[in-house]
Amino acid sequence: MDSFIVISLIKIFVVFGALMTILAYLQWVERKLIAHIQVRPGPYRVGPHGLLQPVADVIKLITKEDLVPPYVNKTLYLAAPFLAITLALLSIAVIPFGPKIQVAGYQTWMQLTDLNFGVLFILGVSSMGVYGIVLAGWSSNNKYALLGGLRSSAQMISYELPLSLAIAAPLLVSNTLSLRKLVDTQDGWLWNWNLFHGFQYVSFIVFVIAAFAETNRVPFDLPEAENELVAGFHTEYSSMKFASFFMAEYANMITVSCMAVLLFLGGWVAPWPAAYGSGYVPVAIFGVAGVITIWRGLNPRRSRDRFTFPPFGVVFLIAAAVFLVPLLQSALLPLFWFCAKTGAILFLFIWIRGTLPRFRYDQLMGFAWKVLFPVAMLNLLATGLVIAMSS
Amino acid sequence: MDLILFLVFAGLAVVAAINVVVQRHPISSAVSLIAVMGSLAVLYLLLGAEFIAAAQVIVYAGAIMVLFVFVIMLLNAGGETKAGRSFVASLLGVPVLFALLAMLAYSTARIYPRDPEVHFGGFRGGTAEAVGRALFTTYLLPFEITSILILIAIVGAIVLARKELE
Repeated sequence: MDSFIVISLIKIFVVFGALMTILAYLQWVERKLIAHIQVRPGPYRVGPHGLLQPVADVIKLITKEDLVPPYVNKTLYLAAPFLAITLALLSIAVIPFGPKIQVAGYQTWMQLTDLNFGVLFILGVSSMGVYGIVLAGWSSNNKYALLGGLRSSAQMISYELPLSLAIAAPLLVSNTLSLRKLVDTQDGWLWNWNLFHGFQYVSFIVFVIAAFAETNRVPFDLPEAENELVAGFHTEYSSMKFASFFMAEYANMITVSCMAVLLFLGGWVAPWPAAYGSGYVPVAIFGVAGVITIWRGLNPRRSRDRFTFPPFGVVFLIAAAVFLVPLLQSALLPLFWFCAKTGAILFLFIWIRGTLPRFRYDQLMGFAWKVLFPVAMLNLLATGLVIAMSS
Repeated sequence: MDLILFLVFAGLAVVAAINVVVQRHPISSAVSLIAVMGSLAVLYLLLGAEFIAAAQVIVYAGAIMVLFVFVIMLLNAGGETKAGRSFVASLLGVPVLFALLAMLAYSTARIYPRDPEVHFGGFRGGTAEAVGRALFTTYLLPFEITSILILIAIVGAIVLARKELE
């Protein structure tokens, strides 16, 4: 029992630390990617290629003056950002990143806690998440904030329906509500993934679209449309209170990407069995990257490449070697696949932000109720029918 | 541990429920109601009814209360003023309340015998599987009738909204 508490505490620290770092750097990745999509360098001043920009941002946000406007409803105004960030971080607790591993004699899952209704837990937490935004909008006592809060609550209620229906279809296929078992049913080859199971790609598309709306991302970021609503629901917030809304948005993005990976993309399992060499993919990727960077460093195009490329090459080669250690493989390989898949979905989020314009508000609601909801409903019915016929 | 959690969340539910009535502003009342719903979900969870707890959060605390808050925000309802109280109500209110609570507790204890399923984690019918089976076998007719009832309510709401447009 004691060791359980100790292990859980260690896991919480590791997951929390990793999540916070990823949150900060996801924002850097996003700014860089969008900058490159728009043919500009992006953050470049703080650290090499702006790599220390997240640190600078955190320091800036912490040291900023924390204003509380006199006309706000104080209790709810202070509670709203707290609620938003708590609920956003809560759902990461049930997400499994990998299978059971053995650390110093203790067997433990790469997951904080397993609930046999994990999917429902995440749905519940995400349905509560809207309160942070709504109460922030209302308690600010500002018409732009109120409009942002109203828009966001209407949008989140509307898109939660197709989202839940799209989640239900792969759950029918896998016949479980536990996130661990969900991954177990998708083990083996690529075509065992729920995405390639029959017509489940329809659920996947509906899920991704609804997820964009739930996380208030472009093209559904009407709640914070800056050219009509200043900054939407967080207009009146400054310093760390603003930062917690910001972090909540990115944490929700990560949770939703993890859900997409677990539900449709097979979680931490490799696209093909280890017997056919899927365990050597990370070694190959890092090895090739290391060889290329070292070769580029030895035949430099620019004079400074001679000094900057070889260190990266060595780091890549070390990473490749780490993936060859049999003791670490059982933990690192699932983590690699999980991160790769989640990263791909997160890239999709950013890519779309850099590509698509914003919806008009009536189009947004019309699209949810007249297109997405019927499609999700029909998809669920058809999935149920196919499963009933085949069993 | 179970007992501590029960006391904390049962207490929170009661305090928040009283707060719903005491608060003057509709939004504060609604937020208290959300706290009541959330604590009830924890109580269900303590009993072992995990699916019902999740449904409680998703449906009541999540969906229905968001609509409440949404409507309050949309109407921009301000704080209520307290009506003048009658002398009899303030004098008799508390004793009558306790008498009613005592009657409720007594009759519950009389009618319902001690159930082995009613203790922490003892309820077995609370998984998604068990609830689904009960809904689609034992309670199929009420379930279907409820769905038709809700459909009628939706149609009614649309008809009412349409009339106002014309």
